[in-house]
Amino acid sequence: MAVIKLQRPKLNFGEKIYFGALIKGFFLTMTHAVKSLRGKSAGADSLASSGLGVTMQFPEQRWDEHLPEYYRGAPTLVTDEQGRERCVSCQLCEFICPPKAIKITPGEIPSDDPWAKVEKRPKEFDIDMIRCIYCGMCEEVCPEQAIFLRKDYLITGLKRADMVHDKDKLYQIGGVRTGLVNKWNELK
Amino acid sequence: MPDLIQIAIILVKIVALTFLVVLPLVPISVYFERRFSAVIQDRVGPNRVGIPLSLFGFKKDFHFFGLIQPMADGLKLFLKEDFTPAHVRKTFYWLAPVLTVAPALITVCVIPFGSPITIFGHTEKLVIADLDIGPLFVFAVSSLTVYGITLAGWSSNSKFPFIGGVRSTAQMISYEIALGLSIIPVLMFFGELNLGKIVQYQADNGWLLLPLWKNGHFSLPDPQTALFWIPAAISFVIFTISIFAETNRMPFDLPECETELVGGYHTEYSSMKFALFFMGEYAAMVIGSALIVTLFLGGWSVGFTADKWIQGLHIGGFHFGGLIHLTAFVGKLVVFILFFILVRWTVPRFRYDQLMKLGWVIFFEAALINVFLAALILAAPHLTIAILGIGTVLLVVVTAAVIWVAKVSEESPKILRA
Amino acid sequence: MSDTISATAELNLPKDLAAAKGMVNVEIDGIWHQFPKGTRMIEACRQAGTFVPHYCYHPKLSSPGNCRMCLVQMGMPPRPAPGQEPQRDDTGYEPIGWIPRPVIACANTISENMGIRTSGEVVEKCREGVMEFLLINHPLDCPICDQAGECLLQENSVEHGRGVSRFVDMKVKKPKNVDIGPRIRLDDERCILCSRCIRFMDEVAGDPVLGFTQRGTHTTLTVHPDRLLDSNYSLNTADLCPVGALTSNDFRFQMRVWFLKETPTIDVNCGSGTNITVWARGNKIHRITPRRNDEVNSCWMPDSHRLNFHYIDSDARLTEPLARSGGVSPAVFSPIPWPETLKTAAAKLKTIAPENIAIIASARMTNEELFLTRSLAAALGTGSLSLVPRFAEADALLVAADRNPNTLGAKLILETEDPFATLDSIREGVRSGAIKALIVLGEDLITDAGFLFADLANLDFLLQSHILANPTALAAHWVLPAAAFAEKRGSMVNLSGRLQRLNRAVELPGQARDDWEILRDLTLAVTEETNVARHHIEDVFKSIAEAIPAFTGLTLSKIGHHGTQIAATDYQIPLLANERARKAAGLING
Repeated sequence: MAVIKLQRPKLNFGEKIYFGALIKGFFLTMTHAVKSLRGKSAGADSLASSGLGVTMQFPEQRWDEHLPEYYRGAPTLVTDEQGRERCVSCQLCEFICPPKAIKITPGEIPSDDPWAKVEKRPKEFDIDMIRCIYCGMCEEVCPEQAIFLRKDYLITGLKRADMVHDKDKLYQIGGVRTGLVNKWNELK
Repeated sequence: MPDLIQIAIILVKIVALTFLVVLPLVPISVYFERRFSAVIQDRVGPNRVGIPLSLFGFKKDFHFFGLIQPMADGLKLFLKEDFTPAHVRKTFYWLAPVLTVAPALITVCVIPFGSPITIFGHTEKLVIADLDIGPLFVFAVSSLTVYGITLAGWSSNSKFPFIGGVRSTAQMISYEIALGLSIIPVLMFFGELNLGKIVQYQADNGWLLLPLWKNGHFSLPDPQTALFWIPAAISFVIFTISIFAETNRMPFDLPECETELVGGYHTEYSSMKFALFFMGEYAAMVIGSALIVTLFLGGWSVGFTADKWIQGLHIGGFHFGGLIHLTAFVGKLVVFILFFILVRWTVPRFRYDQLMKLGWVIFFEAALINVFLAALILAAPHLTIAILGIGTVLLVVVTAAVIWVAKVSEESPKILRA
Repeated sequence: MSDTISATAELNLPKDLAAAKGMVNVEIDGIWHQFPKGTRMIEACRQAGTFVPHYCYHPKLSSPGNCRMCLVQMGMPPRPAPGQEPQRDDTGYEPIGWIPRPVIACANTISENMGIRTSGEVVEKCREGVMEFLLINHPLDCPICDQAGECLLQENSVEHGRGVSRFVDMKVKKPKNVDIGPRIRLDDERCILCSRCIRFMDEVAGDPVLGFTQRGTHTTLTVHPDRLLDSNYSLNTADLCPVGALTSNDFRFQMRVWFLKETPTIDVNCGSGTNITVWARGNKIHRITPRRNDEVNSCWMPDSHRLNFHYIDSDARLTEPLARSGGVSPAVFSPIPWPETLKTAAAKLKTIAPENIAIIASARMTNEELFLTRSLAAALGTGSLSLVPRFAEADALLVAADRNPNTLGAKLILETEDPFATLDSIREGVRSGAIKALIVLGEDLITDAGFLFADLANLDFLLQSHILANPTALAAHWVLPAAAFAEKRGSMVNLSGRLQRLNRAVELPGQARDDWEILRDLTLAVTEETNVARHHIEDVFKSIAEAIPAFTGLTLSKIGHHGTQIAATDYQIPLLANERARKAAGLING
């Protein structure tokens, strides 16, 4: 085992006494306290502070218009311009999902369906939002551009069952997404 | 019959002072702790819990700055499952929380909360037990707290609580020495151990740290009192810091430091048993503050020569000045509790070896020297300036020698080779 | 003087040393190895530890060499001019003259002093080129393809593919989702024309229904007109298919293979004891595939056996011990806890004279269970112990006439030549009332053994342990939920005398218990013994090894995944005979 010799910094007398640092600390904390009481904390404006600290008062104030472009909210399923459900239930998201929040039951598309050539779609698609950690790996791994993290962050429920988003709910939140690669539409 | 009345009066005082003054201070200090730490950290803190008036058809809820939060917390702790792990030693496990809270609350009885109140010619002191050994009683009883913590750590039969308990024992024993030694100069100055009389003296002759009036009139302190301000200040610093250590507050909360010991000695506790520990800690903080205020900052006295006049206020036979003093005392207490909180959110936690070194190498010696310094000053009026000078020089030499010895005796740290 | 030296030197040349053993020397990637004569290059590389990517080659099938993926570089010593001695280096090998173009490793056999390079620029370029050609018309529908995860095309394209396509023209359209048989689905666009399936149906299954039509890029795999791929071995083509062209209807879109846990175990549908892999996710079995064992089933298994696992998680599964609380028809059952079940059953048993008790066990039980059944019979003092025979028509490959998987094991464990002998007398005893108590283990007497419900209903005591609810259970007083073959450990002996292991792939449902535990606890309840001596199935096997000569010196772990021969029989699995003949003829290598 390698020995790492740590050189502690040499302290001068004032630093050894420690009182100077204490006083400085008190000034620092009190400055913060006064500033935050006056609503002048650093970043209070850019974070749309409620006037106390940098915090937004949640139910009255909403973050919605401040959400950044890259915000990762609830994972959802999307349909495309043709109204086709894009998911083909390849189960890669189920595989990659770190907290194992996704559960897919694959199913076959009946032959009378206009998209019968796609052959496969999810029969059931459940995302347990209690487990979901909003990491976005499902979106990244999806080979069909079918699962996207939307900006919904208010995922609440009164029962555990309410927190499991089923296929209908996922499509309802996800909506239609345009401008995706339509690989099944080609003469293929 | 008069005995019965006396007992009734004592009971009323116990209930009023303990349950209406000290215990409410505990949730209030928890609330202050949360709000104050929040503003220090640019946050809001609990500001929601109030009376849900909108449930009864009103337009708005009544938040009142979230002051109901401590009650909600208490209710939550009450309603939580009181879980006793299978591996604990039951008797001691149950005993430990009680042993932590009870001493803290018992010490309340010697704290003078205000000047005597006179009703219909009957004068009653605003102190539960007017003992002549006030501070000693406080130390004696509050030392028992350590049993609670040690037993909690041991009876939990689990590693981290045990380490927390052992740490706590060592820490409290170490700092009790500094605590006791540091107030000896104060007691020498007052020549008195009755806290009520100490406060009365300060009300008349200026607070120990603010000796700006004498016998009810503004005047500069005489040279002796002025000189004594130095050992008094040293005492104040040592005493205050030692109280931090005794109450296991930041920066000395090694027994329960989360990063190393999960929750420390109360890791295995839940529900009201945990709440008792929590309450004991805050009650100890309240009592500690009360003691500091009483000894150094004039206790209940409003100061600035106003006390005599306040004590004289009366409506008919009811001299209510004591209640104003009670308010003043609680006000000082709250300010000092805020100071406790400010320290907690400013100063980072010490390392355990630093803590022990501070107690044994610095505070112990400093308190001892301070006793000699104070004795020298108190003895000075009868001695010549020359002797005072020689004494001072000697003191400086002794202090230097102690510091040198401390430095030499400190081993240079060895480099550990694995 | 040079004569003598060269004479001795020639005797010690590597080629002579190898030839003496019937071997040849081959240099693979710079290292000299020895292989038997007639080995294919690809097989030699595999044995040398170098994997050569391939699609069409299969050790059990002939090698047409049509996928071109296994291209390697080959070299031979230069042919000496007439009269010239071949040059040799210090170690006695001749220098290798490398051929500047590649050869396929699967269809060429090795020869003396040959050199093979499985890497290098030529080989890498060739593989990349072949991969690119194979992917030109591939639909790239991996997200919906069942083969994804175990697809050779995926694996090789990771290693040797380009990542992007340079192909600008339209892809060739071929039929998709073709129904070519009751159990197999064909997707021609995914097909890479390796012809493994065609060769399997022709050479192994003996039912040549598949073939190619059209030419060039339009070549299409199809079934012969008016025929279907309905052989009992058709699902092996789905295993063989290196891509997702042939997929199983049963497994279609059920689960991605990367979720499945593989458990090596054996099939219990007939006496052949086919080695299988059970693929399960969580507690659900999704498919069963054959596992290679050249002594039992080669690489194949019949569809009928492969698909016979859905009953394991069916609704008919018994999940808790039941006691009849009233009625005969309809009988009313109520669940009771295990300890109480065994206690009350044992108490009832002891009120019946031993000569009135009979046990009917099953030859589907493992050796361990049969051994404990024997101890139970001994504890009860009854001599009436029989198994239920189960015979049907054999086929010419793997399916044996004896549909009990452990008949030979039963003979060994029970130490009798005919373990089914007393079944008729027990049936008569039940009818006449001579037998008042019957313990039925893992058998449905009414369906499989010719018992009548009315007779069984007259019994004082009928205890049945079974996996599924069945007609016999309706007459029983106690019904105990037992373990299916994929839920238990144990050993069985197949018809050719090979001791093989069952392994647990999924957990038992509900309160169902391992049969051997039920038997152990029932025996303990009968003997009122409190000392549980056998805590694990290993302990039971240890007792067998001590008691039965054929098992001497064995433990469960010593059996190994491929079994151990413990008895000699004259039974020959027809499939293996065919395979050995083809191997002897040099048609295959495996």
